[in-house]
Amino acid sequence: MRRAINYVPDRHSGLILAILPFVFLMGIYLVGSDARLSANPDDKLMPGLKAFFDAINHLAFTENRRTGEYVFWTDTLISLQRIFIGLSISTVLAIVIGLPIGLLPYLNRLFGPFMAAFSLIPPLAVLPILFIIFGLGELSKIVLIIFGVAPFLIRDMAMATLAIPKEQIVKAQTLSASSWQILIHVVFPQVLPRLFDSLRLMLGATWLFLIAAEAIASEGGLGYRIFLVRRYLAMDVILPYVAWITLLAFLMDYFLMLGSRAMCRWHHIR
Amino acid sequence: MTEIAIKNVFKEYNRNPILERVNVTLPDHEFCLILGSSGAGKSTLLRMLLSQETPSRGEILIDGEPIDVEPQADRGVVFQRYSVFPHKTVLDNVLAGPSFRESRFFGRLFGNRKAKLRDRAMELLDQVGLSDAADKYPVQLSGGMQQRLAIAQALIMEPKVLLLDEPFGALDQSTKKSMHKLILDLWNANKMTIVMVTHDIQEAFTLGTRVLMVDKQRRDPQAPEAYGSTIVHDLRLDPARKAPLDPSDNEENQSMEDIFLKWAGRMDHAIVEGAPHPTTPEAASVSAKEVA
Ligand SMILES: Nc1ncnc2c1ncn2[C@@H]1O[C@H](COP(=O)(O)OP(=O)(O)OP(=O)(O)O)[C@@H](O)[C@H]1O
Ligand SMILES: [Mg+2]
Repeated sequence: MRRAINYVPDRHSGLILAILPFVFLMGIYLVGSDARLSANPDDKLMPGLKAFFDAINHLAFTENRRTGEYVFWTDTLISLQRIFIGLSISTVLAIVIGLPIGLLPYLNRLFGPFMAAFSLIPPLAVLPILFIIFGLGELSKIVLIIFGVAPFLIRDMAMATLAIPKEQIVKAQTLSASSWQILIHVVFPQVLPRLFDSLRLMLGATWLFLIAAEAIASEGGLGYRIFLVRRYLAMDVILPYVAWITLLAFLMDYFLMLGSRAMCRWHHIR
Repeated sequence: MTEIAIKNVFKEYNRNPILERVNVTLPDHEFCLILGSSGAGKSTLLRMLLSQETPSRGEILIDGEPIDVEPQADRGVVFQRYSVFPHKTVLDNVLAGPSFRESRFFGRLFGNRKAKLRDRAMELLDQVGLSDAADKYPVQLSGGMQQRLAIAQALIMEPKVLLLDEPFGALDQSTKKSMHKLILDLWNANKMTIVMVTHDIQEAFTLGTRVLMVDKQRRDPQAPEAYGSTIVHDLRLDPARKAPLDPSDNEENQSMEDIFLKWAGRMDHAIVEGAPHPTTPEAASVSAKEVA
C-alpha cells in the first residue's frame, strides 16, 4: 500500500473522473423528476427533459411575436455586454490605480488605508444609491459591477506590486530605468499573471452583482428573465438559464486562462 | 579611474547599531572581497554602496564625489537571488539596460540601434557561455547560468563599480571554479572595481586584491546588540605574487566526478567495506575500484 497522496490517475481515468460528478448529478435529477412526474403529471418543481427542450426551443429558436427577437439570445447579449464592460473598466482601474499605489510610497500612504476601507463597503448596500444617481438604465448595472470588483482588484494589484522582490526594483534602477519604465517594464509584466488569476476568481462575484442588479431593475438580461419567470414557477426556464450562466462563466474562466498562457508565457513554463 | 572612499560610516536599524566606524579606501581596479559571519552586516555595507540604504552617519565617495542618493548605472549589482527579470528572455534581460537608457519613454529599441546593441549583447552572452540559451527564460536556466546572465546584464552598462552579494553562494564547487575564472577575466577586460561579499574564505583569497573582514570589535556579553561590526582585518594582495594553489588541490579543471573519486580515494579507510550501502552505490564501487 502506498500513501493515498501518491495514487495519481492517468489521462483517461482523469477525464472520466472529471465527468463523473456531472453525469451523477444529472442522473439523480432525472430519476427524481421521473418519480415526481409519475405521482403528479402537473408537477412544476422538477420538469422532465421534454419540458426543457420545449422551453429552450420557445425562447431560443422561436421569434417572439411581439418584439421579433429571440429572447434567450437577446438576454445573453445584454448580460454579456454588461459583464464585459464592467470587467474591462475594473481591470483598467486595477492597473492604473493599483500598480502606482504599490510602487510609489507616497501614493501608498495616501490611498492604501482609504482603498482598504472603501473595498469593505458592501456593494449591494449602495445599489439604491447607484439607482438614485445613475438611474435605472445600463449605467447603474455596470457601475455596480465595477463597485463590486474594482476595489478588490486594485488592492490585489497593489499588494502584488509590493510583493515583487526589492532586488528587482533596485536592479532596474542600476540599469538606468525611470519610475515609469519600472512600472511598465518590470512591475506590469510581473503582476499580469496574478491579474488574470484574480479576474478568474472574481467571475463568480461579477455574475452575482450583475444578476442582483438585473433582478431589481431591468428590461432584459439573463438575471432579469430568471426573476421574471419565477412568478410562474417556470423551472423549465430557470434551470436551463442557470446552467447557461454557469457555462458562460466557465468559458470566461477558460478564456482568461488561455489569455494568461498567451500573454505570460514565462509564468507558465515549468 | 575609480576610487571608492568609505568615510567613518555608521548604520543602525531601529537604534540597533549594525555597522560602526567603517573606514576604507579602494583604489582604482580593486577586486575587494568582504568576509564575515552571517548577520555581520556585509549585505548592509553593499546596500549602502548601492544607495539602496543610506548611512546613518558618515559618507561614501566615488572619485571624491558623494555617491548619488539613489541606485544609478555607475554601480552595477548581482544579488544572490532575484537578480534577473523572470519575464524577459535571456537576450532581453541583457538588452534591458540599454533599452531603458536609450528609449526613455517606451523602453524599447528598434531598427539599426537595436541591431547594434543586439550584437553587443550576444558578444557578452558568448563571453559568459550563454549564447545558446538566448531565447530561454530564466526559469529554464540553472542557478549558475542565471548568475552568469545577471553578470552579463550588469556588464553591458559598463559600470564603474560592480557589486556582488554572494553571487556564487548556491553553486557547486566546479561551477564555482569556472565562475571564478569568468569573473577574473571580465574584471581584467573591463577595468572596473569589484566589491564582492562571500562566506567562502578560499574564494576570497583566490579572487581578491583586497580582503576585508567584517566583525564586531567590541562585545558586551550582557547586550550583544550594543555594538555594531566594523572592519577588523584589511589585507592587500598582489595577484602576481600570490602563491599558486597546491597543484594537488587544483580542482579547477577537474570534473565533478574526478573530484568525487579523488575524495573517495582519500577517504578510503573510512569507507565501510563489505557493508551493503544501498543509498550510495557509487561509494561502494569506488572503494572497490580504488582498492584494486
Ligand atoms: N531592513 C532592515 N531592518 C532591520 N534590520 C535589518 C535590516 N536589514 C538588515 N538588518 C539587520 O542587520 C544585520 C546585518 O544584516 P546583513 O543582511 O547586512 O547581514 P549579512 O552580513 O549580509 O549576513 P548574511 O551573511 O547572512 O547575508 C542583521 O542582524 C539584520 O537583522
Ligand atoms: Mg547578506
